[in-house]
Amino acid sequence: MKDTNKERLARKRRRRREHARETFRLFRKNKAAMFGCAVLLIFILAAIFADVIVPYEEAISQNSSVRLSGPSAEHIFGTDKYGRDVFARIIHGSRRSLSLGVGTTLLSVCIGGLIGACCGFYGGKFDTVVMRICDIIMCIPALLFALAVVAALGASMLNLILAITIISVPSYIRIIRSVIISIVEQDYIYAARLCGSSNRSIIFHHVLPNAMGPIIVQASMNVASMMLTAAGLSFIGMGVQQPAPEWGAMLNEARDFMTNQPYLLLFPGAAISLSALCLNLVGDGLRDALDPRLKA
Amino acid sequence: MKNDIISTAENDNDVLLRVSDLRVSFKTDRAVLHAVEGVSFNVLHGETLGIVGESGCGKSISCMSILKLIQGENVLYEGGTIEFEGVNTLTMSDKQLQKIRGKDISVIFQEPMTALNPLYTIGDQMSEALKLHSKLGKKEIRDRCIEMLEKVRIPNPREIMLRYPFNLSGGMRQRVMIAMALLTNPKLVIADEPTTALDVTIQAQVLDVMQSLQREYGCSYIFITHDLGVISEMADRVAVMYGGHICECADTDTLFENPLHPYTRGLIASRPQGRMTQSRLAVIPGNVPSLANKPSGCPFHTRCPDARDCCRERFPETVAVDEGHTVACWNYAKK
Amino acid sequence: MFKYILKRLLIMIPTLLGVIFIVFTIMNLTPGNPGRTILGTMATQEQVDQLNHELGYDKPFFSRFFSYCGGLLQGDFGTSYRTRAPFTTELMGRLPTTIKLGLAAFILSSLIGVSLGILSAVKQYSFADVFCSTTAILFASIPGFFLGMVLIYVFGLKLGWFPTFGGTDFKSFVLPVITLTIATTVTVQRLTRTTMLEAVRQDYIRTAKAKGCSKARMTWKHALKNAILPVITVMGINAGTVMGGAVICETVFALPGMGTYILTAIRSKDIPVVMSSTVLLSLIFCVIMILVDVLYAAIDPRIRERITH
Repeated sequence: MKDTNKERLARKRRRRREHARETFRLFRKNKAAMFGCAVLLIFILAAIFADVIVPYEEAISQNSSVRLSGPSAEHIFGTDKYGRDVFARIIHGSRRSLSLGVGTTLLSVCIGGLIGACCGFYGGKFDTVVMRICDIIMCIPALLFALAVVAALGASMLNLILAITIISVPSYIRIIRSVIISIVEQDYIYAARLCGSSNRSIIFHHVLPNAMGPIIVQASMNVASMMLTAAGLSFIGMGVQQPAPEWGAMLNEARDFMTNQPYLLLFPGAAISLSALCLNLVGDGLRDALDPRLKA
Repeated sequence: MKNDIISTAENDNDVLLRVSDLRVSFKTDRAVLHAVEGVSFNVLHGETLGIVGESGCGKSISCMSILKLIQGENVLYEGGTIEFEGVNTLTMSDKQLQKIRGKDISVIFQEPMTALNPLYTIGDQMSEALKLHSKLGKKEIRDRCIEMLEKVRIPNPREIMLRYPFNLSGGMRQRVMIAMALLTNPKLVIADEPTTALDVTIQAQVLDVMQSLQREYGCSYIFITHDLGVISEMADRVAVMYGGHICECADTDTLFENPLHPYTRGLIASRPQGRMTQSRLAVIPGNVPSLANKPSGCPFHTRCPDARDCCRERFPETVAVDEGHTVACWNYAKK
Repeated sequence: MFKYILKRLLIMIPTLLGVIFIVFTIMNLTPGNPGRTILGTMATQEQVDQLNHELGYDKPFFSRFFSYCGGLLQGDFGTSYRTRAPFTTELMGRLPTTIKLGLAAFILSSLIGVSLGILSAVKQYSFADVFCSTTAILFASIPGFFLGMVLIYVFGLKLGWFPTFGGTDFKSFVLPVITLTIATTVTVQRLTRTTMLEAVRQDYIRTAKAKGCSKARMTWKHALKNAILPVITVMGINAGTVMGGAVICETVFALPGMGTYILTAIRSKDIPVVMSSTVLLSLIFCVIMILVDVLYAAIDPRIRERITH
């Protein structure tokens, strides 16, 4: 009895490994996703080693003698209205912009996943109340709600993360709840219940592994749009505050110098767009690999 | 009556559909999978040809090739001809095929749940074929649909015409499919496992409806199934398929009384009999090999009790052992 | 169907009450008070208290909440702390701009998105498909505010075709509408492509083919109707995105619409204005969602059956 159990577990593990390998193979074959991965890696490395590449001092120290000078050998991306080096600001801005996208996604997946899973698994009054609250929050145009939250708590990076998390959690709760419900209703869960598995083991052995796919797909597709929302809020002055470098806020400053210093617009804009593009490519690739049925 | 048809089988005038040496493959990103490898069969006017085999043996694919109905872009029709009334449908353009589909040849699909469009009424979907293929007016089309629904024994056909597929039970839906297929008075109806998804009692009713309609309209059926019981009831002749080949073909009585191919024997032996003398049902050992790793030679050799060396090397030629009884097996091949 | 719409409108009332409560609570988390914000740091505490009293800000939280709700019932959307003008007066000047912008972008993005999505799906893997899908993912990655500024730079500053800032004439709407349209088209387009591809693989399409339908008939009659259902839902959600996008878009193009109005109000902690704007936009959004569901039911008999029984 014990042996067969062990065998069964081993078989299961092998199957999962095979599935993971197949997913990885499909993902690696996707050239666009690989390109996205490569560029993203550069961005991530730049974020991690920002201080090695260029000291933070250069990103925030003002120098009126070189203000608004175009790209040159010394300042390859030029300088802004305070004479700060744009290249340094972009490199150091990557820390904030990227972590805003990834951080809010992770946070909302965790919170939304936990609440959504409870709703889907247990149902009942808790489920009803949570769903009502979600309905209400989803009624408010998302960006407005985030604005209100930031306005109330004060504009800062942390509050920005909080605001974006709050507006995105309800949709995660809904998605994960429906995924969990569709899994719980499936025959193999029923079979596991009949065999006397506990709720805990059902959640960890059956529900979570099967819910992972859709959750990863959803999250990876959302990272880019989260990042863009965060940048948008910073752009209208409701996010990361001066003098800390952030791409959205840099674009806002560039607005006044559009006519004569378009490079101020170009570099942060290109940085946002390129990183969002790569996140989207990776997200698409992950979706296609994890859920080939959806692949078009 | 069955024997009459068999005895005139060689007469060309009686042949409605002649499939010869059909080869169909699927292109995947890793390999080309050969689903049908040289299948030949005839369908005569007014007869029912049964095609039996386990899932994945290529029976549906062979039949869907007649109208090029296989979904997806990665289908390769690699060879052979399909002559319907003397014209090769495999080389026809889509435009030409559209004139045959639903008019001269119609299809009854397996899944009555998904084969009907959920967003259109039964009436809309039934009248579509007539709208496309006849010059009848709206009222005439409606009357014809209602008449056909009555023939498949659907109660309140007028009301059903306004209903949506989700309002009907599986059996009702399948009857609608049958009515829809026979609406244009086709010469050939391809029924792809029409009763597999239904309860046994409903199944009997549906088969009965199909038989009486055949008597009335004189159309031919190709009846695809894996259920030998259904085959023995419906078919005049039976072709047994395994691994993309037809391994035996004979009229129904002969096949059941004197099966020659080891696979046919296995199938018939594994059928539950009215009175069970053995305690266990006989089974054919092993599983159907997947398309990706199909065995060489005769694909059945991995499960065959009489497999020999030559079986592993080459597929045997099909030989006629009797009039209208052909078999493809090294045991009967001319040495 | 009428009964269903009525029921949905009734459900909307508690939902909106919830919206009001949540936004009201959040706005009151704000440190400081309106009196101080309006008068500035130079004013004395007495002046500030006096103003707070005039504004009714010295009353407790719930009493203010209920008096606000009571006002709404009588059609009183409150008075701006900042300008002391009734919200509705200001609104009349602002709302048309945003509605023009939002409606134009919404309609354009739905039309373009659905048509491009169908084109991509019908001609899967063709040049048109690859081109549309590639541009879609590119545009999905460019934030609206950056795109808007690039458009201003190219078509406003360099080519001089359109005004760069503000204005209420037709020309000044062109660039904002393009910006907002592009940002919202992508979701519709990609979803339409996916659902169309899914739909053409369904069994009922094979049935239609077996009946002798032409490819056009299979696509336009049988597949599209099924594929459009999820797209309608997303269009409804897009209405919310358009409203949010309008805030940023109006900022970029300096348009005097609801977006810039709300932003100013949020910055100056003008609670009644923020409240009423949010409630109004949420109300519009709710109505759109009801319209979406009605449209859905009009197309899908299964949903129709479920809601009428």
